[in-house]
Amino acid sequence: MSETGNQSMLRTRGLRKEYGKEASLVRAVDRVDLDVPAGETLAVMGPSGCGKSTLLHLLGGLDRPSGGEIWLAGQRIDQMSERGMAALRRDAVGFVFQAFHLMDELTAVENIELPALLAGRSARAARRRAIDLLDQVGLADRARHLPSQLSGGQRQRVAIARALANAPMIVLADEPTGNLDSEATLDVLRLFESLHEAGQTLVIVTHDARIAATADRLISMRDGAFVDDTRLTGGTGDKLTALIGLDG
Amino acid sequence: MQQEVVLALLAKEPSHGYELRARLRDALGPLGDAMNDGQIYVTLARLEKAGQVAVERAAGMPDRPDRKMYALTAAGQHRVADWLAEVSWPKPDLAEFHLKLLAAAAAHLADPIAIVDAQRRELLRRLRDAQRAAMTEPRESDAALLLEGIVLRLQADLRWLEACERTWTMRKASPRGEQ
Repeated sequence: MSETGNQSMLRTRGLRKEYGKEASLVRAVDRVDLDVPAGETLAVMGPSGCGKSTLLHLLGGLDRPSGGEIWLAGQRIDQMSERGMAALRRDAVGFVFQAFHLMDELTAVENIELPALLAGRSARAARRRAIDLLDQVGLADRARHLPSQLSGGQRQRVAIARALANAPMIVLADEPTGNLDSEATLDVLRLFESLHEAGQTLVIVTHDARIAATADRLISMRDGAFVDDTRLTGGTGDKLTALIGLDG
Repeated sequence: MQQEVVLALLAKEPSHGYELRARLRDALGPLGDAMNDGQIYVTLARLEKAGQVAVERAAGMPDRPDRKMYALTAAGQHRVADWLAEVSWPKPDLAEFHLKLLAAAAAHLADPIAIVDAQRRELLRRLRDAQRAAMTEPRESDAALLLEGIVLRLQADLRWLEACERTWTMRKASPRGEQ
């Protein structure tokens, strides 16, 4: 294993993903250089079709790049064997999807413990971890519910707990609030905030400005490339009252 | 402070100025923090002069503003009723920004897309502030509902900026009317 000599939790250089050939060539991800420091919450925004979901799939080893390099915690992952990639997806990366992707026939707690069981943990340790995580996402009393008995927001919180089952180095989320109303979106935002405070590295692709606004950093993506990179910490300072017009 | 707001606060029952202030703070949450406490007394004095508010002074007490009890007069009640029936709404002033983009492009003063980007960053910062305030408010509090309105409005503005960006990106790729 070689080192990049760099502190990034996640790093890419010249990352590319292309589909089709010649005239019909689509550059879904076009020579992307990315550095995500440990503990950062990064939002990637852009119109549909800009390549942000493809990028996320590459970062998490769900898909293979056409070229370039991906490093996770100092380890190069883009050339790993299939076996290595499967282990990586299971142990080092937590995924959260727009459509939740929970197993319908398993209860909340069973969904959450599944990745730990697949990673070879004992049934007891996996269950204990799952119960802790349910508590962390505010659903301790829903452990035995099936996904169909939960609201959309609750399902997404279960999915986030599942993503955390193996204490991943990074959590990757693809439109995590895409199917949620305002209230449930706030719950998910609060949860991401608590993960952030606990030092979790998070990459979220979204076109929900609410998520983008709560990140540390926002990258705008267009036609497969980054066009803007903004640090959002700090906010506007004291201008909250300027948001309402009660003067006069 | 808007006169109608102060009148409407008195509609429930006669109150001291500091009680009105406390109720406003509850209703506005963190958005009320920068409210100038003196403003409410200035407004009450104007309303008294206009005959829409009547003042009772507690007997034998020094004539200090916080000793006064304010109540609506019939005229004041009328004005509150009219205000409730009114359908005015704050106008979003988008024309100025729209004209800024047009002028910048026409005179080649600046790249409209760069202007849109800068504006987006500013709105995202505001959205961040509003969202953070919303996250710390108790669920279903009055202030949370107000903050939700602000968040939704900023989101709408951000969507319009996306539309601006799309259009100006297309115009840059194929300029209209240029030989």
